Amino acid sequence: MNSSTLPFLILTITPVIVMLLIAAKRDHRLTASVTAAGLIAALASIFLVLPAGTITVTPLFLIDGYTLFFLFLILTSTLAVLLLSYHYLERMQDGPYEEYYLLLLLTALGGAALLASLHFAAFFLGLETLSIGLIGLIAYPRRRERALEAGLKYLILTGVSSSFLLFGMALIYLDYGTMSFAALGRLWDSSPASDIYAYAGFALLLTGIGFKLSLVPFHMWAPDIYEGAPAPVTALVAVVSKIAIFALLFRFFVLLGGYRSPSLLWVLSLVAIISMLAGNLLALLQDNLKRIFAYASISHVGYVLVALLAGSATALAAAFTYLAAYAVTMIGVFGVITLLSQPGPGHDADQLETYRGLMWERPWLAGAFTVMLLSLAGLPPTMGFIAEIYVIAAGVGRHLVLPLAALIIGSAIGLYYYLRIIVVMLSPAPRRVAPAPRARLGGATVAVLLVLLVWFGVFPAPMIAGVQQTVASLSFAPRTAPGSGDIFAPQRPAKAFADRESKARTSNMFNF
Amino acid sequence: MMLLWLILIPFLGGCLAWAFRGRHADASRWVSIAALSLDLPVLALATRAPSGAWLDRLNLPWIPQLGINFELGLDGLSLLLVLLTLLLGIVAVIISWSEITERTGFFHFNLMMSLTGTIAVFLALDLFLFFFAWEVMLVPMYFLIALWGHERRIYAAIKFFLFTQGSGLLMLVAILALAFVHQAKTGVFTFDYFALLGTPMSRATEFWIMLGFFIAFAVKLAAVPFHSWLPDAHTEAPTAGSVILAGVLLKTGAYGLLRFAVPLFPQAAMAFAPTAMLLGVIAIIYGALLAFGQADFKRLVAYSSVSHLGFVLLGIYAWNTLALQGVVVQMLAHGISTGALFILAGALQERLHTRNFAQLGGLWASLPRLSSWGLFFAIASLGLPGLGNFIGEFLVLLGTFQRHPVFAVIGAFGTVTAAAYALLLVQRAFHGTPRKVEVPDLRARHIAVMAGLAVAIIWLGITPQPVVDTAAPSLAALQASAATPGPGAK
Repeated sequence: MNSSTLPFLILTITPVIVMLLIAAKRDHRLTASVTAAGLIAALASIFLVLPAGTITVTPLFLIDGYTLFFLFLILTSTLAVLLLSYHYLERMQDGPYEEYYLLLLLTALGGAALLASLHFAAFFLGLETLSIGLIGLIAYPRRRERALEAGLKYLILTGVSSSFLLFGMALIYLDYGTMSFAALGRLWDSSPASDIYAYAGFALLLTGIGFKLSLVPFHMWAPDIYEGAPAPVTALVAVVSKIAIFALLFRFFVLLGGYRSPSLLWVLSLVAIISMLAGNLLALLQDNLKRIFAYASISHVGYVLVALLAGSATALAAAFTYLAAYAVTMIGVFGVITLLSQPGPGHDADQLETYRGLMWERPWLAGAFTVMLLSLAGLPPTMGFIAEIYVIAAGVGRHLVLPLAALIIGSAIGLYYYLRIIVVMLSPAPRRVAPAPRARLGGATVAVLLVLLVWFGVFPAPMIAGVQQTVASLSFAPRTAPGSGDIFAPQRPAKAFADRESKARTSNMFNF
Repeated sequence: MMLLWLILIPFLGGCLAWAFRGRHADASRWVSIAALSLDLPVLALATRAPSGAWLDRLNLPWIPQLGINFELGLDGLSLLLVLLTLLLGIVAVIISWSEITERTGFFHFNLMMSLTGTIAVFLALDLFLFFFAWEVMLVPMYFLIALWGHERRIYAAIKFFLFTQGSGLLMLVAILALAFVHQAKTGVFTFDYFALLGTPMSRATEFWIMLGFFIAFAVKLAAVPFHSWLPDAHTEAPTAGSVILAGVLLKTGAYGLLRFAVPLFPQAAMAFAPTAMLLGVIAIIYGALLAFGQADFKRLVAYSSVSHLGFVLLGIYAWNTLALQGVVVQMLAHGISTGALFILAGALQERLHTRNFAQLGGLWASLPRLSSWGLFFAIASLGLPGLGNFIGEFLVLLGTFQRHPVFAVIGAFGTVTAAAYALLLVQRAFHGTPRKVEVPDLRARHIAVMAGLAVAIIWLGITPQPVVDTAAPSLAALQASAATPGPGAK
């Protein structure tokens, strides 16, 4: 075992410790503290192992800058969700609370496994761990009918989409006799998928991933789950699970050499375009904030898919930046909803009307919410603005005309519902029922997220420098020509990326 | 560093205005006025050490990884527009003294943020910074319209936002495309204005990128057929919002065309000029005709803006010294005269709670001061010689005649139609059977503002030379950069 696995080891041991702790002594504060300490230790260890470089752990997992970057995102997101959940659970007064943290850790662990996976087995393992954690979390407030309903829906959908995935994997295995992404890519070089089994396999695989990412047309479940789940868990569903699966998809696509297959690119473009358009259009019709953000997250995944389609070094950096901004913003948004939510068996503060006049009652919270909505809309001075520009830059660099057009139209539509929420918050306030009690931990978390959002929106240079360094350190990259050798062979950092870029440079990019 | 302060002072002023909201009813107003007034000497200080066409420059690293710098520059053109922004900003604060009584802190915060963004737009020399500032001025203006506007404010605010934001994103794609083309040719990825000037590219590429810029600026300038947001936004906005929109925000579109759309893409702009001029002429006539048909005071003024800005578009694409000088004068004069008319419309609305001509009329007897100022600025708007608008329109037409006589001739009809709608405005609002209304006439505060604006427009009409001289070096520099295509251009 290499020391590079330290973050993963910590992340694996912590749930065991927490489980034993719960068995020994039920104490909400203690459990939460131990969980947080485990997450923080794992986060700290990321920086320790960062200089170690790229390491493969069994044929299943790869730990490199890519894995560690997304691991950092997932762990900080989980930590933020934990901080938001603490007072939320307390107020629900419907114990026990301790298992919540166990499930939280399981979700993070599953996500982490997905990030590092190089093999269908690891992929499936990670995905199931992630899903089991989430099912428990979604249905955690067991006196809320909506939450139970959402939990059940998620359970069924997860089962169905996992079976799609499994069947897809099996068909691909039938054709190629391997489950390793890299080996699959090499075999694909010599005999591109021409077989009906392989086609069906990839189609099923994409369907399964589409379900998990709630891409249109596999998005129907998202609004119901988002609405039913307790607000902090919704943040987890929107951020951790999506980032983990997207990271996996990007890695899988690159290792497979998906850029050589026009049909795969075509399908993904189509999915991205309709996700961006339909996500934004459907959000227009909603009056429930959680549902609005469910549709918003559908369109946001569509935006990141544009980066995946571009597939250059710039695009990878853009995807990193975008997902970082997305994580900060989405957790912030659901953090505000969490802070405003009433305790008890009702529902969260998710009706648009609840927010009327919020700016004049709780100006700081409403101000933070406004900035987060601006970030989702891609307006300055926020991270969302920088990230959106980065993704557009990646798309322009690859002249992806149609996806870019959809992105622009989609984000113009998106403005409408984001601004609508802001206007409601700014309108004169009616008398409301007693406001939710304040939660210090959650408030501090939202404040930190807000500062990050604005700071990196105005001074993005350090963030972009970090992202570019990570990208430059990667050894896996999209290959251009068939048979360009083993992708794990030592090569100039991100050389293949550079090749692709220079190729594009020589031809005029605007061949209208 | 002065340029940085020029942006920071209104920004900090806006933050303070919000912070002081609870202290005293008028604290936000005084803070805003103080910040804007403080900016005037800073602006003067910035002009101390001119070098070439540039009065002052500033270049700080911002996002070096992506070739983005915090680069500002002040030349004669930006100087005049920043000056207009500051003065109209002060005017906007003063005239909303009695109109805006709710949430004054947030109102002034938004007003100041919008002005900050506008000043940054006029100073930015890095295309990314320019886009950043372009977006910054939008959101606060949206709030101004949506929160303090009139009956259909939400509709108008959203329409305004969607038009400008949609076209803004188009411009972003064009900016990025330009940067990539530049990188492909030179290997350097940069958003620096001077580096991107004269980037060699193929005809088609140049045309499409230019079109991205043009559409964004044309939407802002409310050129036909992108004008439909303007009447709604101007009509529904609170008076201060209308003044800033008409006086300053629309000018950012013209400024963008002058600074970016033509010099960056000289050949495409040349080829596109007849189309743009045609759009300008259409705007002049069509805007005037629509203004003629309006039953709402503010809508009439809004459509007259479309017509006046048609002259600006016409002049920019005529692209000779005379026409460009006319454009500068017309921008300033339109800012002043239209601003004044919107202020009067606001004053009427505050007193009579209507802007509809059917319910106005015959007011001269009861409101002599308001009505006579109305007459004065309506006449300024129709372009009476001796007032600023005349100089602007005349120079634009003169310059256009040298290039495209036909457009100049058709455009000249605009001055006739302007007379029609301006006089109709006076007749329907103020003349007619005298009517007794029990409302106070203009107060000292408004009269002082009106007098100040009147002095400005008379001064502009009688001695436009200082303004022309101030802008001359920068206009010459712009013309020069548009005339010398980069090395290796096809």
